[in-house]
Amino acid sequence: MKTLVKRFAQSKMFWPLIALICIIIINLILIPGFFDIKIYNGHLFGSPIDILNRMTPLLIISLGMTLVIAKEGIDISVGSVLAISATTAATLIQSHSIFIALLAAIGVGVLCGIWNGVLVAYIGVNPMVGTLILMTVGRGIAQLISNGQIITVHSKAYHFIGAGYLLGFPFSVFVAVVCFILLYFLMRKTAMGLFLEAVGGNQTSSRFAGINVKKIMFIVYVVSGICAAIAGILISSNVNSADANNAGLWIELDAILAVVIGGTSMSGGRFYLGGTVVAALFIQTITTTIYTMGIPPETVMVAKAVIVIIVCLLQSNAFREMFMRKKAVEV
Amino acid sequence: MKIKFQIGGNNITILATLLLFIVLFGSGSILYEGFFSLQVFLNLFIDNAYLIIVATGLAFVIITGGIDLSVGAMVALVSTIIAFLLKQGVNPYLVIIFVLIIGVLFGFAQGFLITRFHLHPWIVTLAGMFFARGSAQLISTDNIAVNNKLFLKFSEIIIPFPGGSFLSIGAVAAIIIVVAGVYVAKFTSFGRNVYALGGNERSSLLMGLPVRRTKVMVYMLSGFCSALAGIVFTVYTLSGFAMHLLGMEMDAIAACVIGGILLTGGYGHIIGPLLGTLSTGVIQTIITFQGTLSSWWTKIVIGLLLCLFIVLQKLIVTGKFKYRSTKVSRKEEIKAEKRSSI
Repeated sequence: MKTLVKRFAQSKMFWPLIALICIIIINLILIPGFFDIKIYNGHLFGSPIDILNRMTPLLIISLGMTLVIAKEGIDISVGSVLAISATTAATLIQSHSIFIALLAAIGVGVLCGIWNGVLVAYIGVNPMVGTLILMTVGRGIAQLISNGQIITVHSKAYHFIGAGYLLGFPFSVFVAVVCFILLYFLMRKTAMGLFLEAVGGNQTSSRFAGINVKKIMFIVYVVSGICAAIAGILISSNVNSADANNAGLWIELDAILAVVIGGTSMSGGRFYLGGTVVAALFIQTITTTIYTMGIPPETVMVAKAVIVIIVCLLQSNAFREMFMRKKAVEV
Repeated sequence: MKIKFQIGGNNITILATLLLFIVLFGSGSILYEGFFSLQVFLNLFIDNAYLIIVATGLAFVIITGGIDLSVGAMVALVSTIIAFLLKQGVNPYLVIIFVLIIGVLFGFAQGFLITRFHLHPWIVTLAGMFFARGSAQLISTDNIAVNNKLFLKFSEIIIPFPGGSFLSIGAVAAIIIVVAGVYVAKFTSFGRNVYALGGNERSSLLMGLPVRRTKVMVYMLSGFCSALAGIVFTVYTLSGFAMHLLGMEMDAIAACVIGGILLTGGYGHIIGPLLGTLSTGVIQTIITFQGTLSSWWTKIVIGLLLCLFIVLQKLIVTGKFKYRSTKVSRKEEIKAEKRSSI
């Protein structure tokens, strides 16, 4: 039993879980009725369900981002890809069937992923600059698709994806679960995950080991693009509209934050999809808490920026050494 | 002193950018009536003064092999602070000094985090970007107009040129910064350190150069330039808003890259960002003259141009390495020949 506890305390899931539990306890004390779940019309209602529903786009993007960061890359274009896919789906659904709209939206995600992948993997552009291009250009493309206007969607079937309920739970939660299971299967039950960790650990040695490094990097960016596209569909169908300017604005920082809190290091290598899920839950809970407590929402961004730096500091060896040395002196 | 001029590896990229600018400006002049005038050319400086200043500061960071993504957010933060403080009735000179200090301190904090704890400059400055935008939003979420007398006076000063054309004070500030930047890069030990550091950090550390101090100073310089650009931008638009210049960091990076500064560091001329900004400015002017295209096309074209130049840079770099490796193997061949002859 003791070894089990010890092993758990050393696992990467430990810290995000502790953080999540802390924030839940704070909520329990400060906000009475935070955890009341009511059944209304056969649907579950309440803050926890709301958090689950709102975190799905972030969660899906973070899962894609986990893979990108695992290969020591980064994808800051996810917010723009999300906006492009949202506007594409919302524009196409006016005249075509829902399947064509969804397929096109995901296809756009694949295209964006291919663009990033070719730039970073095959041309060898620095991932931050490579994806920065799409981050800025993508908003322009989304504006062109939507003609600079906010598109309203009237399709009920489309609205169901982001706001409908299945078996009492929001439908988007099921989408997220399916994404997670697919990625988990792809990464843990096939060789892909092992290759990815190898590439993230040491590109040169994995190339000598016979791994097609460029192909792995390319696939990872495509997966990230698809994830962003799915998130775009969820967000636009939830609010029944697509806004090229503000859809998914600054979601990239949230996603990076979720990945880093979840235990995946910015310098690549081992990655933890489970940790990312817990961390995404944690971030959404914090955001919802800040909104419910009446703290001005503008503080959220500053707080997140500070948290990112702190988490990165905790992961940095130089920072740890500073404290180790202090401890050694004390002893 | 005789200044030697020759077309070689060191200025080929600058010449390429200059050529791009001339081709763009020339095609604009042929396509649109009234394009070819001194004022249109000077307007490039007036409208992009803030970008020239930011890109020049950023160029130093990129030459050391780092990056600063917080520049656009910093300009927005500074403009918000200026507008907010002036509304409270604070002395405008004090406000200017205050924001410049904030810029330097912000740069110092970023540089310190990057050098002391070996964090990725990408992630630190990305967080810095969100921090600056968030703080600007905390100060005010509204667009605040600036109607301070000094700032109004600044915005009205014009430097006349022959033929009835003129320059604004912001453009003059930008040109001064570029000249100072070129001087610092070429003729001071700090400038030499920056290039050495970007070329190879380990060997410059072994040479005994102040690597850490140089790195921190480079980020401080970039912070200072962003703050100065914030002042110029506030004078230019006479307003402060947290959402000013969303995505401007890409424009600044594009200006540097198009101006021939290698993203891998250690290479590039400080005049480059000016030429890069002028080139992107011409694209913007052409799209304005064209009239029917959405202004979003500017961003798309600049993004594609950035992409093209990055690929070109890659080719130059890989070409260099190939050249070097063949040279080495040739030397070894000669050695081998000597040995066999003995």
